[in-house]
Amino acid sequence: MISNAPKLSDDLTLLAKLQRLSWGFIFFIALTASIGFAALYSAAGGDMDPWASRQLTRFIVGMGGMLFIALIDIRWWYKLAYPLYIFGFILLVIVELKGQIGMGAQRWINLGFIQLQPSEAMKIVVVLALAKYFHTATPSDMKSLRFLLPAAFLIIAPVALVLLQPDLGTSLMIVMAGITMFFLSGAPILYFIVGGVLAVAALPVAWAFMHDYQKQRVLTFLNPESDPLGSGYHIIQSKIAIGSGGIEGKGFLEGTQARLNFLPEKQTDFIFTLWVEEWGFLGGMFLFAVLGTVFLFGHIMAQKIRYSFGRLLVVGLIVNFSLYVFINTAMVMGLIPVVGAPLPMISYGGTSMLTVLVGFGLISSAYVHRDAKLPRM
Amino acid sequence: MDDGFDRSKSFTRRAFVVGAVQGGILAVLGGRLAWLQLVEGQKYKTLADKNRINVKMTTPSRGEIVDRFGVPLAVNTQNFRVMVIPEQSEDLEGALKTLSKHIELDEKQLKKVLEQSKKIASFVPLEVRDDLSWEDVSTVEVNLPDLPGMSINVGEIRTYPLAEATAHIVGYVGAVSRKDLEKDEAPVLKLPDFQIGKTGLESAFEKEIRGKEGTSHMEVNVRGREVRELNANESLTGKRLTLSIDAETQRFVQNRLGQERSASAVIMDAHSGAIYAMGSFPSFDPNLFVKGIDVDRYQELANDPSFPFNNKAISGQYPPGSTFKMITGLAALETKLATPSTTVYCSGSYEYGKDTFHCWKRSGHKYVTLEKALMKSCDTYFYKLSTEIGIDRLAETARRFGLGDDFDFDLSAARKGNVPDKDWKMARIGEPWRPGETIVASIGQGYILCTPLQLGVMTARLVNGGKAVKPWMVGYVGNKKVHEIEWPSMNLNKNHLRVIKRGMDKVVNHEDGTAYASLIEEKKWRFGGKTGTAQVKRISKRERMLGIRAGDDEWKYKHHALFVGYAPVDNPRYIASVVVEHGESGSGTAAPLARDLLRFVQERDPAKSDIKVSDA
Repeated sequence: MISNAPKLSDDLTLLAKLQRLSWGFIFFIALTASIGFAALYSAAGGDMDPWASRQLTRFIVGMGGMLFIALIDIRWWYKLAYPLYIFGFILLVIVELKGQIGMGAQRWINLGFIQLQPSEAMKIVVVLALAKYFHTATPSDMKSLRFLLPAAFLIIAPVALVLLQPDLGTSLMIVMAGITMFFLSGAPILYFIVGGVLAVAALPVAWAFMHDYQKQRVLTFLNPESDPLGSGYHIIQSKIAIGSGGIEGKGFLEGTQARLNFLPEKQTDFIFTLWVEEWGFLGGMFLFAVLGTVFLFGHIMAQKIRYSFGRLLVVGLIVNFSLYVFINTAMVMGLIPVVGAPLPMISYGGTSMLTVLVGFGLISSAYVHRDAKLPRM
Repeated sequence: MDDGFDRSKSFTRRAFVVGAVQGGILAVLGGRLAWLQLVEGQKYKTLADKNRINVKMTTPSRGEIVDRFGVPLAVNTQNFRVMVIPEQSEDLEGALKTLSKHIELDEKQLKKVLEQSKKIASFVPLEVRDDLSWEDVSTVEVNLPDLPGMSINVGEIRTYPLAEATAHIVGYVGAVSRKDLEKDEAPVLKLPDFQIGKTGLESAFEKEIRGKEGTSHMEVNVRGREVRELNANESLTGKRLTLSIDAETQRFVQNRLGQERSASAVIMDAHSGAIYAMGSFPSFDPNLFVKGIDVDRYQELANDPSFPFNNKAISGQYPPGSTFKMITGLAALETKLATPSTTVYCSGSYEYGKDTFHCWKRSGHKYVTLEKALMKSCDTYFYKLSTEIGIDRLAETARRFGLGDDFDFDLSAARKGNVPDKDWKMARIGEPWRPGETIVASIGQGYILCTPLQLGVMTARLVNGGKAVKPWMVGYVGNKKVHEIEWPSMNLNKNHLRVIKRGMDKVVNHEDGTAYASLIEEKKWRFGGKTGTAQVKRISKRERMLGIRAGDDEWKYKHHALFVGYAPVDNPRYIASVVVEHGESGSGTAAPLARDLLRFVQERDPAKSDIKVSDA
């Protein structure tokens, strides 16, 4: 093992690294963020304050961080995968313990200089750790339950803690990203079928363990009109806002549902609603096209990477990003229950943007160092 | 390397599947967006507008009601109110205290404002006090800088300048009741300060004088706060009602009726049917009802045995008594059972079968013709002819003169009275008609009932040359004429009418007439007419034996006193119909009252000019 240890000395110059970056990918990320600035400017009734300007600052800082991560040799990230996972997991335990000893259900941990949400960080490090775990897997490994079980444990352990918080949305995202990693690594299809059947069978059990407010959300989702002034209100108003946008929308700054505050949480979870109320179906499809292009860049980049760790990491993180998008937009359009998930890069808030940009940084790092030699076996 | 190549191929395949799934989900989301925005877009647009647009109505001004000369009978006066917007007044209680230093405030109302301010959104204005005097208004205006959140607002309040005098005609308005909402679904009824006609013309012409509400579409936010006005339609003032009533005569009539305990009168035009005055006493002040009358005062009015709420001129139903004798007489002439010179001997009573019918004059009137019978109000003359005429022909004549008819009068309270005949008795009581009952009917007693309005119309048709006038009170709705002045002839023998009229003339102007005591000395104001005294309670044989005589019991058993009259005698223009409830005697009570009314209206002469219609 020692003889095969990767050389961590940079064999690429800074300029070469910058040239190897996918600037198209970065352009579409910036375009996504710009849609967010416009939507936040409108959410404030045509004002940079209080949201758009801060979001812009965060994005610029986050972009710097993303490039910094991108320029660090991928072998460092390979080496750091497990330590980061363990660090994230410990933070998650701390948050959970804090909750247990009577400080209330808290998802945050104050590191002094930054408010960190460990469950958010876990979305990244689980993918990172799994990419490393599966990097060396042989096809026979992938068929072996003995090999796969530790990987499953890498998912189950943090998910159990996140569920305790309780945060259904994040738990689901971690699980789904993890399953995708299994799939990409070549686990037999049969396992997924069996797993799927077991999951469906487990639904009644899950229901029994759900908190009342989570049950309520599911029930409200199934029939939002049953409680139009309570929890169904958000989704009804959101659908009204979206539907009333029509093809061309009501025009920039003209969204009545948002401007007159019928739309709740318009700057955070319901920012997509505001966007399509004002820009209509055309604006919505434009946003989907931009996001789809970001996904596509991820897949194209993955194909150019020469080593499994990088390929798995890139697609895993892209899937992670797409899960944010799917959960949020499906929620505000009334396709799934309200789970309280933001639309990354666009919703106001630093946490999801940070997570996503860190993910994009890792993707870029893998791509910049696409020809790097990573240990095999 | 092979192994790595295979893995890479497997990865590519599976990454493609993942990408396809992502693309598929994006497509589903796009489809959902299309469904919401393209397919169901219109539905949600409507819902969004319902969310944000609050249609606010503004109360229309009610049309005025004026008399024939434009004198206002029902008008809208400005009602100055102090309003407060709680959110603009930092310390509501303090602000109210400050206000109470400047104007008088009701403790209860203050408490109500404070309570409301806690319940309702803080930007909704609340009324602190209304009905401010000019002085109060200027005091508040001057001190507004010290009264944060307060303002003066002008509303409209319905006012009836003639108060009691027109209460029964004009009626009054009041707050919308649940019953009103059931009958009328117009959205304007839901406005908090809207008032609806409750009685009289205010109620009968509600739709015409209501006007049309204004609407303004306000954009509101989620809390209901108004953000801006999107568009507005001004309200339209209701149509003005111009009546045939003459306010001066009306006031005089009401005052004169006030000398009695309970009485009503109609003064109308013999030729056109226009009502110049219609009074009913006792009355009430309709202005009290506009703002909501207090319970004690209401109970007092409601329990009054002389029914101040009733317009007795149209809804009081009385036996016509001797005022009916013109009908019996005319029926006899028209059926050729008598001629003007037919003479009947009155011994003081009339035997029919086993029954004896007394004339009011026990000593009898000796030989009487129709003219004399009317003049002296001899009962026997009519008794004798009645059995030959028969009740059906008598009833038919009565109906031709408007008895039993409500004329589709402008006021819906008008009653039909009762004109009995054989069919009526069979249907109503289930017994055949007895000839003796015709005898009673011939002098306006028994089952027959008339309203003062009907008796007025009857008199008009008798003295106007036989034209079938109908009474009316509303001349114009807005600028639209809604009344008739030409009426068809009833094709009666002019000579017969002349005889009847001569008899009525002599009732007042001949020394043997029953109303001679009410004669007007000046020749030009002289009037004719007929007295009537209607038995309220039939005296049973047992009571007669006990010494009880009709008319001398307590007030409510006393006879009604009636008089129908016309003036001037030669060329009748004005008709007066008067009923004094329990007034004992037509000649003693009703005739002098009618005299005063006819004297006044002739001097005033409201018929000399047409109804004046002004634009507005």
